[in-house]
Amino acid sequence: MQRKGTISAILSTIFMGLGQIYNRQFIKGIIFLLVEAACVYYFINNLGRALWGVVTLGDTPSHLAKVNGIAKMVAGDHSIYILIQSLITLLVLALFLIAWYMNIRDAYKIGNLLEKGIPANTGKQTLRYILDYKFAQTFLILPAVGILFFTIMPIIFMILIAFTNYAAPNHIPPAKLVDWVGLETFKNLLVLKTWSHTFYGVLTWTIVWAILSTVTTYFGGMLVAMLISQQGIKFKGFWRAILIVPYAIPQLISLLLMRNLFNGQFGPINQYLGYFGMGGLPWLTDPFWAKVTVIVVNMWVGIPVSMLLIMGVLTTIPRDMYEAAEVDGATAYQKFRIVTLPMVLFTTAPTLITQFAGNINNFNAIFLLTNGNPVNGNYQYAGSTDLLVTWLYKLTLNQNKNNMAAAVGIIIFVIIASFSIYNYRRTNSFKQEDMIQ
Amino acid sequence: MIGRKLGNLIRLIGSYIVLIILSISALYPALWIVFGSLRPGKSLYSKHFIPDTFTLAHYKELFTSQVYMFGTWYMNTLKIAVFSMLIGVFLTLLTSYAVSRFRFKGRQTALSTLLILGMFPGFMSMIAIYLLLKEFHLLDTHMALIIVYAAGAPLGGTFIAKGFLDTIPRSLDEAARIDGASNFGIFTRVILPLSRPMITYMALTQFVGPWVDFIFARLILRTKENWTVAVGMWDMVNSNTNTNFTLFSAGAVLISIPIMVLFAFLQRLLVDGLTAGASKG
Repeated sequence: MQRKGTISAILSTIFMGLGQIYNRQFIKGIIFLLVEAACVYYFINNLGRALWGVVTLGDTPSHLAKVNGIAKMVAGDHSIYILIQSLITLLVLALFLIAWYMNIRDAYKIGNLLEKGIPANTGKQTLRYILDYKFAQTFLILPAVGILFFTIMPIIFMILIAFTNYAAPNHIPPAKLVDWVGLETFKNLLVLKTWSHTFYGVLTWTIVWAILSTVTTYFGGMLVAMLISQQGIKFKGFWRAILIVPYAIPQLISLLLMRNLFNGQFGPINQYLGYFGMGGLPWLTDPFWAKVTVIVVNMWVGIPVSMLLIMGVLTTIPRDMYEAAEVDGATAYQKFRIVTLPMVLFTTAPTLITQFAGNINNFNAIFLLTNGNPVNGNYQYAGSTDLLVTWLYKLTLNQNKNNMAAAVGIIIFVIIASFSIYNYRRTNSFKQEDMIQ
Repeated sequence: MIGRKLGNLIRLIGSYIVLIILSISALYPALWIVFGSLRPGKSLYSKHFIPDTFTLAHYKELFTSQVYMFGTWYMNTLKIAVFSMLIGVFLTLLTSYAVSRFRFKGRQTALSTLLILGMFPGFMSMIAIYLLLKEFHLLDTHMALIIVYAAGAPLGGTFIAKGFLDTIPRSLDEAARIDGASNFGIFTRVILPLSRPMITYMALTQFVGPWVDFIFARLILRTKENWTVAVGMWDMVNSNTNTNFTLFSAGAVLISIPIMVLFAFLQRLLVDGLTAGASKG
């Protein structure tokens, strides 16, 4: 019955585009043919090596060899290049398989239509069809390719690295090969004393930091917002404009500046303390005070944002709720506790969780201000104020402990992802996306 | 009654005092860096908050110094920021328009994938990108930075942009469609004009990101002539702390000014709320 459909599907399976040509869609068929020809040519050259590469990560290390009687260093396999090249080839293969599947399905469908006597679309009609009904997908191709190669591929690569022994000093290409080691890196990180001590220490501080920095900026911002929006306060716009200044200065600048201001020897803060007859504080050099400093500076940077947000919410609280509270004889504090706080918390709860997740990853605040210092002798390559992210950065860029860094990255991801997914599922934009209009 | 009035007065005075203290602490570092850039000498240390004499020598030095090629860095940064902004905004618009307006198979999957990818620490993939760029011989080029910033733009921007596009009434699309507009026509003639505030916002964030990013720039730009201002400023503080603070201040002022101007500009546009009345008209 559906002879034409089956035949064109089989033809397309044998070689992309044949089915389309059988269906007399010549332009489409030829495009498909050319695509497959290009891909086949590419795969003949690369696929075998890619599979070999992913499995072995190279098998010839650099070695001395006799060339014309003289011992010479011969370059071996560079495991990391091999891995990344293999990954690219496999991604192209995945894209090709999708295209191939779509081509078979297309041939089958058109073949069936022909069987029923409906003529196939001409090239022009196909174009119209794509623009009218496949518009979204067409629009998404370009961003998707960018994301595939510059986000997804690198992430897959780093996840794979966590399962290798790619780390200084013994497994850095091109001199040495890298091998798969399975879960050993994670085991070392979580159980082996030298690593786990640092990991749990840094993890604890990361969580303490995330909670403290979120809570201080949030309630600080709420306080400022309520101060300004009080009845009887004049020049509301003026106060707001001044208090928003820290937000408009780029973080790179304000944090590097704060590093100078809080400098223990030359910084003006200690100068002022000295002026008032108090001794200076070791702001950035003592582990405890360094932690206090990053929290305080983060308040300076973060309060304006919360202030703006909460001022927005405050204007939406209906006045009659306050009037009703006043009729019942509520004091200012009671009005705050019963009307303001719940309303503000209710509207801003999702933002609060987003900020918390963001603070876990707040690389700038720590790296620019303290560089993770002061040094902590008990830690492996981490300072007292290092967060997991800054530790990860140091592990890769300064220490070449790439596998450990990748493992830390995966753990950070799991933490952030669980918060964010919980948050996202709760928000209305996900649940009732089509409710608007 | 009098007691209540007095209480009110005390509360107001107290509030003003707190506001003044907060304002001082908000402005102090900003003013300090401006004055620092105008103060003669090099040191971070100063007897007075407001300098006795003012000088523009540090600004001049930034552009004439052989060590700090600030002018070159500034132009590099400007170039990178503008191009990655243009491409990034374009890509983000494509993505957000597609996921906001169309319902297609795999749409939820695409959204969730975007969301999850955004949660990986950005520089976790740095090594891979570094190697990738090395493969294509793009290391130490501005092109590499532009590609990476722009390709990453849809990750951060799509959700915000989609949220905005969701609020533009569908009835406008349908009216345009009845008038015979194609999908592409609706996008350019209806959606784009109405999204101006959102596009401005996206453009600003896409511009500021490369303008101040130093993590990636430091990894990729190896020669000093190719640096961006962020890398240069970071190097200035990191290599010789306190020795040339006034020069750092001058650079900081020059970096901050364009961003603060953009901020002021953005606020005006955002308040316009172009879409608010669209449905009625």
